[in-house]
Amino acid sequence: MADASGVLPASTASEPARKDRRSVLSSLEIDTRLLGMIGALAVIWVFFNVISGGSFLTARNLSNLSVQSASTAIMATGMVLIIVSRNIDLSVGSLLGFLGYTMAMLQAVWIPTTLGLGFDQPYTWIITIAAGLVIGALVGGFQGLLVAYAGIPSFIVTLGGLLVWRGIIFRYAQGQTIAPLDGTFRLLGGGPEGSIGFIGSWIVGALMCIGIVYTLWSNRRRKRRYGFPLRVMWAEVVVGVVGCLAVVAFVAVANAYPWPSTLATEYAQSHGITEPPGGLIIPTGIAIPVLIMLGVGLLMTYLATRRRFGRYVYAIGGNPDAAELGGINVRRTIAGTFALMGILVGVAAAVQSARLNAAVTNLGVQAELDVISAAVIGGTSFAGGIGTIPGAILGAVVMQSLRSGMLLLNVDSPTQDIVVGSVLVLAVGVDSYLRRRAS
Amino acid sequence: MTPTLPPSEPSSPAITPAPAPAGRAAAPSGDYLVEMRNIRVSFGGVHAVDNVTVNVRAGEVIGLVGGNGAGKSTLIRTLSGARPADAGQIFVDGKPVTISNPRDAKALGIETIYQQLALADNIDAAGNVFLGRELRTRIGSLDDAAMESATRKVMGRLNPRFKNFKSPVKSLSGGQRQSVAIARAIHFNARVLIMDEPTAALGPAETAQVRDLVAQLKEEGLGIFLISHDIHDVFDLADRISVMLQGKLVGTVDKTKVTKDEVLGMIIMGKKPDEVTEKEIAELHG
Ligand SMILES: Nc1ncnc2c1ncn2[C@@H]1O[C@H](COP(=O)(O)OP(=O)(O)OP(=O)(O)O)[C@@H](O)[C@H]1O
Ligand SMILES: [Mg+2]
Repeated sequence: MADASGVLPASTASEPARKDRRSVLSSLEIDTRLLGMIGALAVIWVFFNVISGGSFLTARNLSNLSVQSASTAIMATGMVLIIVSRNIDLSVGSLLGFLGYTMAMLQAVWIPTTLGLGFDQPYTWIITIAAGLVIGALVGGFQGLLVAYAGIPSFIVTLGGLLVWRGIIFRYAQGQTIAPLDGTFRLLGGGPEGSIGFIGSWIVGALMCIGIVYTLWSNRRRKRRYGFPLRVMWAEVVVGVVGCLAVVAFVAVANAYPWPSTLATEYAQSHGITEPPGGLIIPTGIAIPVLIMLGVGLLMTYLATRRRFGRYVYAIGGNPDAAELGGINVRRTIAGTFALMGILVGVAAAVQSARLNAAVTNLGVQAELDVISAAVIGGTSFAGGIGTIPGAILGAVVMQSLRSGMLLLNVDSPTQDIVVGSVLVLAVGVDSYLRRRAS
Repeated sequence: MTPTLPPSEPSSPAITPAPAPAGRAAAPSGDYLVEMRNIRVSFGGVHAVDNVTVNVRAGEVIGLVGGNGAGKSTLIRTLSGARPADAGQIFVDGKPVTISNPRDAKALGIETIYQQLALADNIDAAGNVFLGRELRTRIGSLDDAAMESATRKVMGRLNPRFKNFKSPVKSLSGGQRQSVAIARAIHFNARVLIMDEPTAALGPAETAQVRDLVAQLKEEGLGIFLISHDIHDVFDLADRISVMLQGKLVGTVDKTKVTKDEVLGMIIMGKKPDEVTEKEIAELHG
């Protein structure tokens, strides 16, 4: 390789191969960063599965994993917009606790006892959730106003919020646990009852497939209308088929997880079904919190990429002065991101407290760290202007996979923290290295 | 013409009414599209702009010149809403207006190409052209395809070789970024265009294109403030030239009544043509 003539043929030989690979990826027009994350997640899953002797990639573990990721993922979608617009929200964990506690009080004490309306009223869960979301929006919006209009750095405002909201819980809860919660509300937490079952899951899966195909088709139609270059047909088909296969796999896994046998027996007895010899197998299906997470993810992706609000958030992150000069109401937009974050914290608080069937004073402690880590592992940059919603959801799943996997291997919680912390730094390091090389 | 609008060029003997523009209804002479009167901007006690009055008619190009730090950008930023004036009044069509942010200016048809371009680096060309005025579909979603299509059309007029419609503008060259900034300013049927050194980053071909554009927009009846350090550019394009020095207006002169040397004298020494001696002119070339 010392002389130039030796170098030349070698490099020309490897060139076409690399070009091919790149052109396959580019004709698929897929976000390569997202693809890389999916790859990393696959590596983590296979690793834990091998080490744990095959107990990681089971329907039961994956179903639990998805439910456990839901709350972090829901909040991470909002955190992306906050970080993209060059802010931070450290208060989400405390706010989660505050809202969870408030909602628990509302459904377990104030509505049934204080107002004397009784437990398990059909409207209780709706009022509770509405109140949680509204209070979340108000609290988040208030913090947003302080950031956007009073000019106090978001780090400070939300650091204050972290202390204030947690302090309020401790002050008024006096260490009490509020339980049990409303029967309908509890379904938001998942579990056998809080899942949509076999048929429901396949219906959702079918709708998702239709959604994928429709999106591909309408994008193509729009491009054709303006005479823009179209994605080659085979790539269109590959993306559609792979997307639908992923949906099918997801539904199949959810349905492969049966109800616990004791619950199934109870169900059989109460419905007058005679149990078959192997016990009644009732597929759990997609858990409601996971459904909520998917819905939030879709809505937030739409908001971030296809609505003016999202476009403004990214523009502000890219160049706040330019956004202002372009006529964007920067302050209102920033305040809006915090209000939206508050609403999402309300959703997450409902999911978490429903899953616990209780509100405890330390609900959501350190959740802000998980949420910020999820967003950042998902490719959101603190420099502003960069970050995606699907990336953040994947980031939440990566984080939860690490924790669940280590739990499965009986790794103690301090060691878990050490590993998760290291992975966080490593992931961001690799990401910024790749970004630097790309530009 | 409203009685509240007195003639505001008492000092300049060289003013003549601009010819009635072709595109729009001919306005009576002296009927300004925009007048900025007695504008003052201070930064912590320092008067960056001190009691300056400039104006533009429809179909007229005003060259705004002066050395570095003379206050040109600061002056026009009060008109574009980027930094409202501390004192003074702005009139559009003879009526006093309040411009407290860029949205106000745009609503009045005042568009600006900023010296620092003011682009969102992480967004593509179409996103920047339509920033703050996005096209939307019936259900209110962003219509990116329509925006890209429109951007391709404007760009075809400005810089036909521009091809990078998909990449964030961060990855564009200085001149390409400038084209995006210009496209944004001219796409929305502006009545008043502020161009703060619009050709600073452009190559010769693109500069020529922008000159043609200025002439064409003037023909269409826009009022244009053109800030430039290139005295030849200004002489070619402007009808009147306003000269600033250290925050103050030295004067406004009719291009046809002055020489480039006289304008240079105004820029450097702050003296009007009739105050300059032969000797000083000679020293300019020193
Ligand atoms: N944001 C600011 N804060 C403090 N001083 C400022 C600010 N902006 C401008 N100035 C001052 O105001 C004066 C006028 O600046 P301005 O940018 O208007 O000059 P200019 O004529 O546009 O110069 P150039 O030809 O270099 O662009 C300068 O002395 C500058 O230092
Ligand atoms: Mg300037």
